Amino acid sequence: MAEKLFPNVNWDRMWEATVETLYMSAISVVATFILGAILGLLLFLTSKGNIWENRPVNLVLSAVVNIFRSIPFIILIVLLIPFTKFIVGSMIGENAALPALIIGSAPFYARMVEIGLREIDKGVIEAAKSMGARTTTIIWKVLLPESMPALVSGITVTAIALVSYTAMAGVIGAGGLGNLAYMEGFQRSRNDVTLMATIIILIIVFLIQFVGDFYTRKLDKR
Amino acid sequence: MITIKNARKIYPSNKGEVKAVDDVNLEVKEGEIFGVIGYSGAGKSTLIRMLNGLEIPTSGSVVVAGREVSRIKGAELRKARQEISMIFQHFNLLWSRTVAENIAFPLEIADVAKAERDKRVKELIELVGLEGRGDAYPSQLSGGQKQRVGIARALANNPKVLLGDEATSALDPQTTDQILDLLVDINKRLGLTIVLITHEMHVIRKICHRVAVMEGGKIVETGPVLDVFRNPQQPITKRFVQQVTEPEETKETVDHLLERYPHGRVVQLTFVGEGTEQPLITNLIREFSITVNIVQGKISQTQDGSYGTLFIHLDGEEGEVARAIEYIGQHEVGVEVISNG
Repeated sequence: MAEKLFPNVNWDRMWEATVETLYMSAISVVATFILGAILGLLLFLTSKGNIWENRPVNLVLSAVVNIFRSIPFIILIVLLIPFTKFIVGSMIGENAALPALIIGSAPFYARMVEIGLREIDKGVIEAAKSMGARTTTIIWKVLLPESMPALVSGITVTAIALVSYTAMAGVIGAGGLGNLAYMEGFQRSRNDVTLMATIIILIIVFLIQFVGDFYTRKLDKR
Repeated sequence: MITIKNARKIYPSNKGEVKAVDDVNLEVKEGEIFGVIGYSGAGKSTLIRMLNGLEIPTSGSVVVAGREVSRIKGAELRKARQEISMIFQHFNLLWSRTVAENIAFPLEIADVAKAERDKRVKELIELVGLEGRGDAYPSQLSGGQKQRVGIARALANNPKVLLGDEATSALDPQTTDQILDLLVDINKRLGLTIVLITHEMHVIRKICHRVAVMEGGKIVETGPVLDVFRNPQQPITKRFVQQVTEPEETKETVDHLLERYPHGRVVQLTFVGEGTEQPLITNLIREFSITVNIVQGKISQTQDGSYGTLFIHLDGEEGEVARAIEYIGQHEVGVEVISNG
């Protein structure tokens, strides 16, 4: 059945590409979550009326985030080639996509983290201060838990964007389903390969959305 | 327990300086329930936040439980804050934590061990009457229950002072009374010093021993609650006292009465302490040949005794009415003729 509908698909190669896409997505989601959360926290804490209020630092961070968020991803990959070569040592393979993926999505996620943190009731932070909490306690026990649903729904959106970024990275040689669809499907006019790669990407995206929504709902006790 | 000396808090603003707190001096004794009343914008919120260092005075000093809160910083301030806890108008509970976990939070901050924490949380849940609700989330609780969690959380580290920031202003009247009863109970049982700010005279009347009235950043009047009720000096204080002693319709009723009965006099009587318990009206009717018509009356309980007002209309021969008024004055009852008929 599958052989008839997708005569040109090499299933071993398709599976290999799927694993590469999952690998790139997973590593970059984890790194983006950590880096974005740190950036988002700093953006929030240094903003006006907050614990580490600091206008210069806030302005610089904000500018960096806005710049990296504005550069189209495909251009960012090209711009980052020297940096990637320095860090990874090569421009070919899944690992070569990671720096661009992380640098492209962390600022995007940082803004979402900042928005999530801003939604926390100021009174709750004040209450923690009035109990004698240190700033690290406020971050770990108030800010992060109280904004967790927003952090999780934010990383869901970011993860989905990352899956499509990996496909773009694939075009310039990073491997994965995007690479397969482009090289095998488009260049050789084998539409069934492109279609199968698309179906698998859609399944990955739906799964991410489903898991993300589930945890967002579960965490929200409001 | 608390000494505030020449405290000022000045905010810069576009239109010049805003004096939120302007040269306030205050002394609160140990074990006392002290109330600060004022309308919004009077500076009471800034004042109470100075007591736990959430606001630092521009000048002057604030000493709480032997520590100069207005000067200390860092670890010392955090330590002090564990002894000066606060409850809030909007409760400020962590929605991501259960009731028990919310109460445990200040204990975690104070590095209390897990076993000790669990034991203390159980005691506190019982103390504030929330047995069986330990695993509920704040969103599943009523306003009154949320404030009980707030109180339990505030008591967790055995504080010396409890600050109440409009702690009952978001609650309905019945729940307000339950929370106030709980605060009095805690004050008596634990000997805790309590400072409350509010815009409701009802709160002051019901639980405070002493009161300070704030207006425009200054304390305009202060004294034992009963004294302030009996003899309010400032116009703003009179207005606050009227909140509890006179139902709103009183003035209308009196005007109506003066209009309908041009004869006789409308008299306002104020009773304090034992004065409320005399059979004054009976004696009036027996001893003088006048008619007595009761217009409006109310008795309020304070922590130090009861306080009542009574509006009556006296009619009869003019000399007899005057003698009756004089008689009332001799019986520890305040008497004020509202208007001649």
